[in-house]
Amino acid sequence: MGNAPLNQPAARDLSLEWPAALYDTLKAADVRHMSYVPDAGHTTLINLLDDDPDVTTNVLTTEEEGIAIATGAWLGGMRSVVLMQSSGVGNCINMLSLPVQSRTPLLMLVTMRGEWNEFNPWQVPMGRATQTCLEAIGVTVLRAETGRDVVEMTEQAATMAYDADGQIAVLIAQRLLGKKKW
Amino acid sequence: MVTDMAGTIDRRAAVARLLEARNGALVVTGLGSPTYDVHAHGDSDDNYYLWGAMGGAALTGLGLAQAQPDRRVMVITGDGEMLMAFGALATISVAGPSNLDIIVLDNQHYGETGMQESHTGRGIDLAAVAGAAGFDDARTITTLDGVDTLCMDLSKPANGPRLYLLKIEARNLPRSLPPRDATFIKTRMRAHLGFQPC
Repeated sequence: MGNAPLNQPAARDLSLEWPAALYDTLKAADVRHMSYVPDAGHTTLINLLDDDPDVTTNVLTTEEEGIAIATGAWLGGMRSVVLMQSSGVGNCINMLSLPVQSRTPLLMLVTMRGEWNEFNPWQVPMGRATQTCLEAIGVTVLRAETGRDVVEMTEQAATMAYDADGQIAVLIAQRLLGKKKW
Repeated sequence: MVTDMAGTIDRRAAVARLLEARNGALVVTGLGSPTYDVHAHGDSDDNYYLWGAMGGAALTGLGLAQAQPDRRVMVITGDGEMLMAFGALATISVAGPSNLDIIVLDNQHYGETGMQESHTGRGIDLAAVAGAAGFDDARTITTLDGVDTLCMDLSKPANGPRLYLLKIEARNLPRSLPPRDATFIKTRMRAHLGFQPC
C-alpha cells in the first residue's frame, strides 16, 4: 500500500491500536450496523461498536446470519459490517449468493486463524481455504498484514462496497493478532 | 398442541388475506412456494422475493426491520426455509425488533423437491420453539378464520418479534414467478423507500 496519510490521530500506533482506528474508519464511512460471531481478535472493535448508541449490533449464532442481515440492512438504507474469524467464512458460502447475485454492498472483516503460530490444528484447514472459498463465490478479498494495512484496506473497501456495490472481505493476518493465550 | 396435525388452510387464500391487510408493511419472501404465493396475489415494489439463499428470509427481514424501525416488516416463508435458520430464532429474539413479524407457511413438507416430510411433520413445533426463544407472540393457526384474526392482531403494536405458524394444505400449486433479477428487486425496494440508485 502507499504512504497516503490516514485520517487518524497523530499519536496513534497503528501496529497496536488498529482496532480503535478501525472503529474510527467504520464510523467515518457511516457504518451504523454490525453483526458478529465473537472472536478474540475482534474484541476491541466489538466492544467499541456495542457501546456506541448510534450503532445497532447483532450477536449471531452462526456467521451466515450476518450476511443476510447485512443485505436486509442495505435494503433499508443502512450500511452494515460483519465481523467473524476465518472458520466462520465456511459457514457463509451459500448465503453469500444473496449479496453477490443482488450486487448488495457487503463488508466483512475476517480475523485469520490457522496460518501463523497456530496451536490448534483444527483451525488449519479452514484457514487455508478462507481466501479461495470467498473468491470462488465472488467476494473480493484483501489481505492485511500490518495494522496500517487493516485500516487503509478497510477504508477503501468501504468505498468499494458501499459506493461501488462490492462484496468485499478484509482478511486480518493472524501474524498481526498475536499468539492466542490460554 | 397441534404439532403433528396436517394443515388444511389454502395457502394462497391465507397469503392474500395477509397481504390485503399489510397496511404498508415491507414483505420479504422465502424461496420457493412462499415467493410464488406472494407474487400470485400481485407484484409490488415493496415485495422482496428470495429465489435462493435458503435460511436467509427471516434474517433479511431482521436487517430491514432494524434499518427501517418506523415500518413494519413481514417475512413470509416456509417451514423448510425457517428450519434451515433455526438459530436465527435466537438471534432475532435477542435483537428484539418490535416491527418484525414472521409468517411460516407450514405444510410439513419440502414441496419444491418432491414433498419429502420436514421436521415440522415429525414433531418439531416451530411456534413453541419461537415462544421458548422469547418471541413476543408465537402461535399456530389452523383455519382461515384464524388468519383473519391474525390480520387484526398484526395491526396492533408489538413488544418484540412475532412468529405465526400457518398449518397449510400440502399441495403444490401452479407457480407464479416474480422477476428473477435480484438487482432489480433490490433497487425497486430501495427506490420505494426513497433511496435512489446513484
